Amino acid sequence: MTSRKIEILVGLFVAAAIAAFFMLAMSVSNMSSYGAGDSYEIKARFDNIGGLKVRSPVAAGGVTIGRVTEIQYNSDTYEAVVSMTIEEQYNKFPVDTAASILTSGLLGEQFVGFEPGAEEDFLKNGDVIDLTQSALVLEQIIGQFLYSQSDDEKTE
Amino acid sequence: MSDILVKIRDLHFSRGDRKIFDGLSLDIPRKGITAIMGPSGTGKTTLLKLIGGQLTPDQGTIEVDGLNVHQLSTRKLFELRQRMGMLFQSGALLTDLSVFENVAYPLREHTKLSDAMIRHLVLLKLNAVGLRGAADLMPSELSGGMSRRVALARAIALDPMMIMYDEPFTGQDPISKGVLVSLISELNSALNICSIVVSHDVPDTLSISDHVHFISAGKIVESGSPETLENSKSAWTLQFIHGDADGPVPFHYPANPILDDLYMDGK
Amino acid sequence: MFGGLIDRIQYIGAETLRSFQRLGRASVFLLEVIASCADLVLKPTLLIKQLYSVGVQTLIIIVVAGLFVGMVMALQSYYALVDFGAEDSVGVMVALSLLRELGPVVTALLFAGRAGSALTAEIGLMKATEQLSGMEMMAVNPMRRIVAPRFMAGVISMPLLATIFSAVGVLGAYVVVVQLLGLDSGAFWSQPQNKVDLYLDIYNGLIKSVAFGFVASWIAVFEGYDCIPTSEGLGQATTRTVVHSSLAILFMDFILTALMFSK
Repeated sequence: MTSRKIEILVGLFVAAAIAAFFMLAMSVSNMSSYGAGDSYEIKARFDNIGGLKVRSPVAAGGVTIGRVTEIQYNSDTYEAVVSMTIEEQYNKFPVDTAASILTSGLLGEQFVGFEPGAEEDFLKNGDVIDLTQSALVLEQIIGQFLYSQSDDEKTE
Repeated sequence: MSDILVKIRDLHFSRGDRKIFDGLSLDIPRKGITAIMGPSGTGKTTLLKLIGGQLTPDQGTIEVDGLNVHQLSTRKLFELRQRMGMLFQSGALLTDLSVFENVAYPLREHTKLSDAMIRHLVLLKLNAVGLRGAADLMPSELSGGMSRRVALARAIALDPMMIMYDEPFTGQDPISKGVLVSLISELNSALNICSIVVSHDVPDTLSISDHVHFISAGKIVESGSPETLENSKSAWTLQFIHGDADGPVPFHYPANPILDDLYMDGK
Repeated sequence: MFGGLIDRIQYIGAETLRSFQRLGRASVFLLEVIASCADLVLKPTLLIKQLYSVGVQTLIIIVVAGLFVGMVMALQSYYALVDFGAEDSVGVMVALSLLRELGPVVTALLFAGRAGSALTAEIGLMKATEQLSGMEMMAVNPMRRIVAPRFMAGVISMPLLATIFSAVGVLGAYVVVVQLLGLDSGAFWSQPQNKVDLYLDIYNGLIKSVAFGFVASWIAVFEGYDCIPTSEGLGQATTRTVVHSSLAILFMDFILTALMFSK
C-alpha cells in the first residue's frame, strides 16, 4: 500500500469522525439553542424552585429564549436566586415581567416562564425580577386539595 | 590511537542465579577478524550485547574506542552505536520495510543526505553483498541467508569502525554459508575494520579469523591464532575443535552412578 | 496442612509484589513513551501510518457494531416505552445511552480486542525477531520509532471511533424507529435536541473515550514491549492485553461516570 493511499484513507477517517461529531452536535444535542449570538443575564428570586436545574430552559410564550445558568440559596432572605442567560435578540422584556416556575406536562421537567408586563423600560443585563411565582409542589397541591375538601364537608 | 578497539576487564554478569561471565578479560584489536567461540549457552551473544551497551555488567568495564560503554549518557551511547554495526542471528530486518528501505533506514535516521545520494549508497551496499537485484523485495520474501546479507548491507551502511556478527553461519545451507564466510572476510579486508564473529561453527570460523578466543564457564579458556589453537595442548580446546563426543566436557550430564539409579527400587 | 497454608500465603504475597513491580515498570514505561511522543511532531508520517492500522482498520467493526447496537436499542426501548405512550422518547433514550455510555465503552472494548491485541502482537513479534534490539544497535530508539507512534495513534483514534460509533448508532435507531416502525421523524429528533446537552453529554463522552484510548493503548504497547519473546509468551501477552484493557475500561467507566454525571 502506498503512503499516498494511506494518507487519503486516514484523511477520510478523520473527516468521517468530524462529520459524525457535527451530526451529533447539530441534530442530536441542544447546541443550536446555545446560540452563537450575544446574551444578557437576568436574576430572579423564588421562594421555592421545585425541581428546577441548571440548564433548564427559560421560555416566553412557549418559545425557549434562554437557559438557567446558576442556582444559589440566599440565606439572608431565605430565597433561591436563579441566574438565567437570555439571548440578546429577546431584549425587549419590560421591567415588570413576571417569572414563574412551570412544569411541562403533568410530570415533565420544570422551566422558567416569562410573562411580560406593561412598563416602558426593558430589563437589562444584571437586572433582578421581583415578580415571581414559585414552583407548584405536587405534594402541597394534593395536601391543599384534601384540606379544602375536608373544610367543605364541615361547612356543609 | 591504540591498537585495541574493545577492552574488556574483569567482566561479571549473571542472569538470575546463573553466572554467565565470571571475571572475563579480553582485548580485541582495531583491525582484523576476531572470533569468539564456545559451546552453546556460554553467553557469546550476551557478550555482544554487553559490548553494544544493551546489557549492563554486574561488575567490570568494557571500553570501546577508549569510551567506557556503560558510563556513557544515552546520547553518547547512541553516537557510539552509529559507529558499530551488528548482524543479528535472525537478521532483524524491519518486516514492514522493503530491502531497499531497510538498508536506507540508518542513513535516513542519522544523516541528512539527499534521496538521490541515499539511493546511490544503498545500491552500492546492496551490490557489495550481491543483492542489488533484490532491492524491491520484502523481508518475508527472502531466504535466511539472503536476510543476513541484507542485514549485513544495513550494518555497513554508515561505514562503521566495527561489525559484530552473532552466529552468522547457524542454520545455513553450505552454499549460503560459503557466501557469508567469504563476504565477512572480503568486507573486513576491503573496509579495513574490526570484525567480531561469535560462532560455534569451528572450521568456517577458523578459516577466516585472525585471532580466536575460546570461552567456557564464563572465562577465556585459550586464545591465539587459528594455527596455534589447532595444535593446542589443551584437551578442552581439542575436544571443541574436533567435536569429540566425550572428553573434558563429559557426554553425561552429572548424575549418580548408573547402577545406583537402576537398582534403586531393589535396594 | 499448616505448611500448605503458609505456602498459600507466601504465594499470595509474592504475586502481590510481582503485580506492584509490573505496575511500576508500566508507569516508568508510560513516562518514557510520553517523553518520546514529542518527536512525532517532526515525523508525522510515522503517526499517519499507525493511524491507518490502528484507526482505519478498526473502523469497519465499529461501524457495523454501532449500527446494530443502535438498532437493537431502538427496538427494545420502543417496545418498553410504547406501553406508556412514550415512544417519542426512543430517540433521546438511544442518543443518551450511546453518547454517555455505550459509545465510549463498546468502542473501547472493541478497540482493545481488535487494535489493542494487534498492537501487542506486532510489538511482541518485533521483540521476538530482534527487530527492537536491532534498532537499538542502529542507534535508533524503538520507543520513539515504534512505541510512541502506536500509542499516540491509539489515543487519537479512540475518540474519533467513539464519535462515529455513536453517530452510526443514532442513525441505526432512526432507521428502525422512523422507517420501520413508523414513528414521526420530527418527534424522533426534537426530543434529543431538547434533552441532550452538548457539554454534559457529548463532550463528557469524548473525554471518556480519550481516557479509555489512553489506557487501552498504554496496556497494549506495554504488554507487547514487556512480553517474553517466545510464541507462548506472545500469546499470553495478547490475552492479557484484551483482559486487562477490558477490565480497566469498565472500572474507569464507573469512576468517570460517577465523577461526571453525579450532579
